[in-house]
Amino acid sequence: MKQQNIQLDENGKLRHFLTTEGLKRQLLVDILDHAENFTTVGHRSIKKIPLLRGSTIANLFFEPSTRTRTTFELAAKRLSADVLNININTSATTKGESLLDMLRNLEAMHCDMFVVRHARSGAAHFIARHVAPHIRVINAGDGSHAHPTQAMLDMFTIRRHKGEFADLRVAIVGDILHSRVARSQIHALTTLGVHEVRVIGPETLLPREVKNLGVHVHHDLRAGLTGVDVVIMLRLQRERMAGALIPSEHEYFELYGLTAEKLAFARPDAIVMHPGPINRGVEIDSEVADGPRSVILEQVSNGIAVRMAVMSIIMGNRFGGEGERE
Amino acid sequence: MSTPNVSELLVTLSNRLDQHLQARRISQPLMIGIHTGGVWIAKQLHRRLGLGEPLGVLNISFYRDDFTRIGVHPQVKPSRLPVTVEDRHIILVDDVLQTGRTVRAALNEIFDYGRPASVTLAVLVDRPGRELPIEPTVSGTRLQLEARQQIKLEGPEPLRLTLLESEPPEKQK
Amino acid sequence: MKLCIHGGRIVDPANGVDKIAHLCIENERIVSVGEPAPDFSANRKIDASGLIVCPGLVDLQARLREPGQEHKGTIASETSAAAAGGITTLCCPPDTDPVTDTPAVANLIQELARSAGSAQVLPIGALTPGLSGKQISEMAVLSQAGCIAFSNADQPVVNTRVLRRAMEYAASHDLTLMLRPQDAWLSADGCVHEGAVSTRLGLPGIPEFAETLEVTRLLTLIEQTGARTHLGPLSTARAVQMIGRARFDGLPVSASITAHHLHLNEIDICDFNSQCHLRPPLRSQRDQEGLRRGLARGVIGAICSDHQPHDADAKLAPFAETEPGATGLETLLALSLRLTEQGVLTLPEVIAALSWQPAKILGIPAGTLSPGATANICIFDPQRYWRPGPATLTSHGQNSPVTGWELKGRVTHTLLAGRLVYALDE
Repeated sequence: MKQQNIQLDENGKLRHFLTTEGLKRQLLVDILDHAENFTTVGHRSIKKIPLLRGSTIANLFFEPSTRTRTTFELAAKRLSADVLNININTSATTKGESLLDMLRNLEAMHCDMFVVRHARSGAAHFIARHVAPHIRVINAGDGSHAHPTQAMLDMFTIRRHKGEFADLRVAIVGDILHSRVARSQIHALTTLGVHEVRVIGPETLLPREVKNLGVHVHHDLRAGLTGVDVVIMLRLQRERMAGALIPSEHEYFELYGLTAEKLAFARPDAIVMHPGPINRGVEIDSEVADGPRSVILEQVSNGIAVRMAVMSIIMGNRFGGEGERE
Repeated sequence: MSTPNVSELLVTLSNRLDQHLQARRISQPLMIGIHTGGVWIAKQLHRRLGLGEPLGVLNISFYRDDFTRIGVHPQVKPSRLPVTVEDRHIILVDDVLQTGRTVRAALNEIFDYGRPASVTLAVLVDRPGRELPIEPTVSGTRLQLEARQQIKLEGPEPLRLTLLESEPPEKQK
Repeated sequence: MKLCIHGGRIVDPANGVDKIAHLCIENERIVSVGEPAPDFSANRKIDASGLIVCPGLVDLQARLREPGQEHKGTIASETSAAAAGGITTLCCPPDTDPVTDTPAVANLIQELARSAGSAQVLPIGALTPGLSGKQISEMAVLSQAGCIAFSNADQPVVNTRVLRRAMEYAASHDLTLMLRPQDAWLSADGCVHEGAVSTRLGLPGIPEFAETLEVTRLLTLIEQTGARTHLGPLSTARAVQMIGRARFDGLPVSASITAHHLHLNEIDICDFNSQCHLRPPLRSQRDQEGLRRGLARGVIGAICSDHQPHDADAKLAPFAETEPGATGLETLLALSLRLTEQGVLTLPEVIAALSWQPAKILGIPAGTLSPGATANICIFDPQRYWRPGPATLTSHGQNSPVTGWELKGRVTHTLLAGRLVYALDE
């Protein structure tokens, strides 16, 4: 039996933001348009607008991530929401009961929105399915499944540099198998209608049926980068060696590390992105990471505006949906 | 009831504003129009008064007090204030002043950009229906309208006031 | 005590019977099928007009959770669910706590089942003590204590030498093995089929060849040792093909699948539906079709419930942290009957796959309505619609991937050795 899309409310508007998969193009474009407006807030003397004043947003981090938590926190605070940061030791909540107990407690504290980060795929869906109806959930990364706000800030960065999506060739390089960022990027890129998405890596780091996601597969970095407009490098987790997925960091860098020489195969105006934090000398050379074509730091600052956009859209939809037309 | 001619009102408003500025000895004001009708009026005033600095545009969507009822519109264009408002004399321009809520939101937003020396409120049409203690410094005209009547500025070219009946009067812009 | 089941459609595949008739029972045995003998005067009559009367179902694999996990189910609660599902004989795997690796545990299970009195429970003994995969257990002694077959449940026997010895030993004492083929290394950490859905949801996958590779190893050992071996529940189309060839070659191997795998595939996991977290995992649509074909061609002899009742919390967590398995005793018959409407099997074939074929695999005299046989009987209304859910299921485990489905065909009466152990409307 087909379940309805849990992300959407009865009017087809965004209720939770759990994945970029299965959302209409216009919905993603709205997020980018909103984010564009919110970028100006960071340039003012008081970096705050009162849109979510009186709302309480709880950052539920079952997996530590200072960077992501900080950008969500800043985004919420710039919207004047109150923020609760809750870091949860996962070993204490392996049983579903205690996780749900905790959600009930937070609901009793009149939270309006949960921002959830968890090491298990599907955790955000699980929480969204079990929260009280008035609570909204944003997925800040669940296992290897999805990291939709990261993908949207990447789309935002790409649009700022390249304008339209239609003619772009985008390459995603590295550990696609374990990457929630890559999955969300692939869904967002295909929905926004880019010309081609390529994934580049050894078979050991690619999901079994990755072609089903609408991408082209390359095992050779130089061939894969040829003619692309955007290069997205993924972080390589050190524990992948233990799983016999790659032989060594050294060999990985040899084959898939981005250097100036390999980047030369991409278009001359190609931009280089990385969701961070970077392993210099493992997936990317410092010369490229800090070079003129790198937009890595810009991604970080765009992250705040994109998260403000998602939070305000979702809370606005909760309040009544249709923003008044002019 | 026929609606007043906008060009004539603009002449009146421009003259009154000029007199006010002279009386207050304000020489380098910064003009800010409220999106959208207020910007059309502000453009005309800006030209008539021959102000040097570019016009500021304020979109109060992020400051509305009814976000909790209607959410946020996807096509909102952000505010654009070309220079700092810190210690400046501001002329805030809107087309119609009714409840005062839009002006309240605009003042809040201006203060988030900095602390101005003063704010002068110039509106084309002042009408009854105030819900907040806010009054215009200068206005083009004051119209005695019923609560069910709504006056709306259409533009940008030509600018024209139209009168609608039986509309809910409490809407913000 | 004399009982007459009156005017039902008697379906007894073992004897090729499919007719409207009366079935007479005296004490615990069937005495006649057809017109009652003139001197037979029933104390009690069950009106079975419009109903189907068939042998009580034989389930090759159902976990009762006792001893060890009584918060999920007990022998009393789950055998009562079995009766409600028309099941009169069931086998329980040895992964109890303590493990069924001593006659004491085997006896305890049978004793509890006898005192509950709802279904016959046949314990499956542990192939290796503690399911550790390191030595072979006392199979002969366990067999004398009532263990019907030997299995290592979901634990792997990684060491092929131990597995070889276990199979040789079982063969020398004419014991049956029941093994679920899954390579331990290839399935480690996995929770779904490695394919389109694992790719989309970012869940760790179990590749198809985790099953086929182990089937290859087991078939090679069966050929070498001659051990009578049952493989199941299977999940892949390829494993079915391989077993089909082995059976053609005369190997003593049989196979089963679960009713859920006949009707669901990986796509039903949708957005992390933990009720579809099963072991073996739901596989591709192609596999699902392959399992159905294998059943239709007779490669797969039996449909089992693979009943795994859970407490509610076991399914309330992010997908990979939930416990695998579904409650299945009470939906086994209705889900299997769907195959008749879908043109996969005829009604007698469905009944056979649920009764006398699994009985044959176990080598027990059950699953028939022959005069003289123990009166284990299932009576069901083939036209009755119902929806599985808290209102209709008696198992402690409400964890079903088919909750809310409209199913057709519901058990109305179950008789265990001539005694009415379940009646729907009474």
